[in-house]
Amino acid sequence: MYAQALDQKDKGPKVVEDPEKLARFEARCAADEKIEPKDWMPEAYRRTLVRQVSQHAHSEVIGMQPEGNWVTRAPSLKRKAVLISKIQDEAGHGLYLYSAAETLGVSREELTDALLSGKAKYSSIFNYPTLTWADMGTIGWLVDGAAIMNQIPLCRCSYGPYARAMIRICKEESFHQRQGYEIMLTLARGTPEQMAMAQDALNRWWWPCLMMFGPPDAISEHSSDSMRWKIKRFSNDDLRQKFIDATVPQGHFLGLTFPDPALKFNEETKHWEIGPIDWDEFKRVLAGDGVCNRQRMRVRRQTEADGAWVREAARAHAKKRAARQALQAAE
Amino acid sequence: MTSETPLFTYTLRLADTALVLGHRLSEWNALAPTLEEDIALANLALDLIGQARLFYDYAGKVEGKGRDEDALAYLRDDREYGNLLLVEQPNGDFAQSMMRQFLFSAFALPYYTALMGSKDETLAAIAAKAEKEMAYHLRHSGEWVIRLGDGTDESHRRTQVALDELAIYIGEFFAVDAIEQALIDAGIAPDPAKIRAEFEATLAHVFSEATLIMPKAGYAQTGGKQGQHTEHLGHLLAEMQVLHRAHPGATW
Repeated sequence: MYAQALDQKDKGPKVVEDPEKLARFEARCAADEKIEPKDWMPEAYRRTLVRQVSQHAHSEVIGMQPEGNWVTRAPSLKRKAVLISKIQDEAGHGLYLYSAAETLGVSREELTDALLSGKAKYSSIFNYPTLTWADMGTIGWLVDGAAIMNQIPLCRCSYGPYARAMIRICKEESFHQRQGYEIMLTLARGTPEQMAMAQDALNRWWWPCLMMFGPPDAISEHSSDSMRWKIKRFSNDDLRQKFIDATVPQGHFLGLTFPDPALKFNEETKHWEIGPIDWDEFKRVLAGDGVCNRQRMRVRRQTEADGAWVREAARAHAKKRAARQALQAAE
Repeated sequence: MTSETPLFTYTLRLADTALVLGHRLSEWNALAPTLEEDIALANLALDLIGQARLFYDYAGKVEGKGRDEDALAYLRDDREYGNLLLVEQPNGDFAQSMMRQFLFSAFALPYYTALMGSKDETLAAIAAKAEKEMAYHLRHSGEWVIRLGDGTDESHRRTQVALDELAIYIGEFFAVDAIEQALIDAGIAPDPAKIRAEFEATLAHVFSEATLIMPKAGYAQTGGKQGQHTEHLGHLLAEMQVLHRAHPGATW
């Protein structure tokens, strides 16, 4: 689960690249060729990818928490199993993505440290709380739906390992999205209390989901490099509009009302138009003052700390075992 | 007591044991020591919840009163739950959870292998599926018990504490009451006494590699199968059942 709200311009130190190599690299990107780990690449390209891929990985890992909040209270055994399996997929996505990032020359430990120290970001959507079971439906339908809009183009990203990881991830995300919508459909066709639960979830998640696509193009730190290098293929506003056009009819089919009095269909452009997004809220949550920012980080840090003795024991045992085997071989 | 009652009760016990342990494992969600272990623990949880669903479904059919898996899982109180006491014990640290998993799967693997020979075809078929899964659970948890026992001083101490705390619940695996005895006599349930040697050999082998000391056989706490639990199950069920019970008759 990730969308490009975190995209930012590369701010690393300028590196003077070999003009001949750079020209060859640019030509390969322009020709839609895949760049592989051993190929030459400009430093800014490598840094942009490390940042994006690792933030995506961190988002998957932190994203396990809000859904994990309902695993032990899932209302049926089938829903419980499906939710566990969805969160398991997210852990898997985290793993593929950390591996993809490692091909760029950073270790998983370095990436984890960057997350725990607060240096690296994760998708801000996970700083919102999951208050009812309907949030499990809404996260699948809207949050995964928004992530898919962003991730499908990434399957054609110029960097081979990232693109290949995204192909696999997108298949699973689209299953999650359908699963989430199916939860919403069941609630919408259920009791009045269940319908109210679905409406309340949409009211709380709609605007934060629209923010997942990042600031409007007019004010975003637009990176022409990312576009040219085929790391990013669509602008924030283009993706947001695609998402709105796909989602609004789905919500209406459920009999739900979007929490936006200005929402209307433009017959001429054939697009749904929305009211103003509260970008102050977006900035506030991104800066650390969402309901769950502190909680999510505290849990992640505590989990790392609690697991330290286990990881240390595994290393100690592997060492002892290797020493014993060496001894046996020597005899 | 009708002739169906022992089969219903027995099948429910198998279902409850699988569900309660699966639920406990699901409490680890996002909290495991590594991302790889988050995935592994989810696998174990999914296997057990899957087994529970098959057993509940069959129990409902045996009972014949139209109760489905969710009615049986969500609408019974702890005094009606027949799971083994071991599996309701809290997760504790990773050593506690892995020791609990190891002790259970060291028993469940030979038990389900024996259940595959049941005269009841449905139980035999569920056992055939569960047996393959338990082989993986035993391997995974056994490897962790060895790593932790033979790891650092701290991990050794934690793992020995886990074994010392949980050993009191081992005896219940082999405690047979009249309901179970009737099914053993009918060739439907396996006689746990017959797999005890294999179970003990598995423990001896793993504990020797893990440099752990098996506590002397002491008092065996029983009662879970008859609905007399430790204090922990009530809390587990309160959390698990709260949403389902808040909306009687709703479909999810």
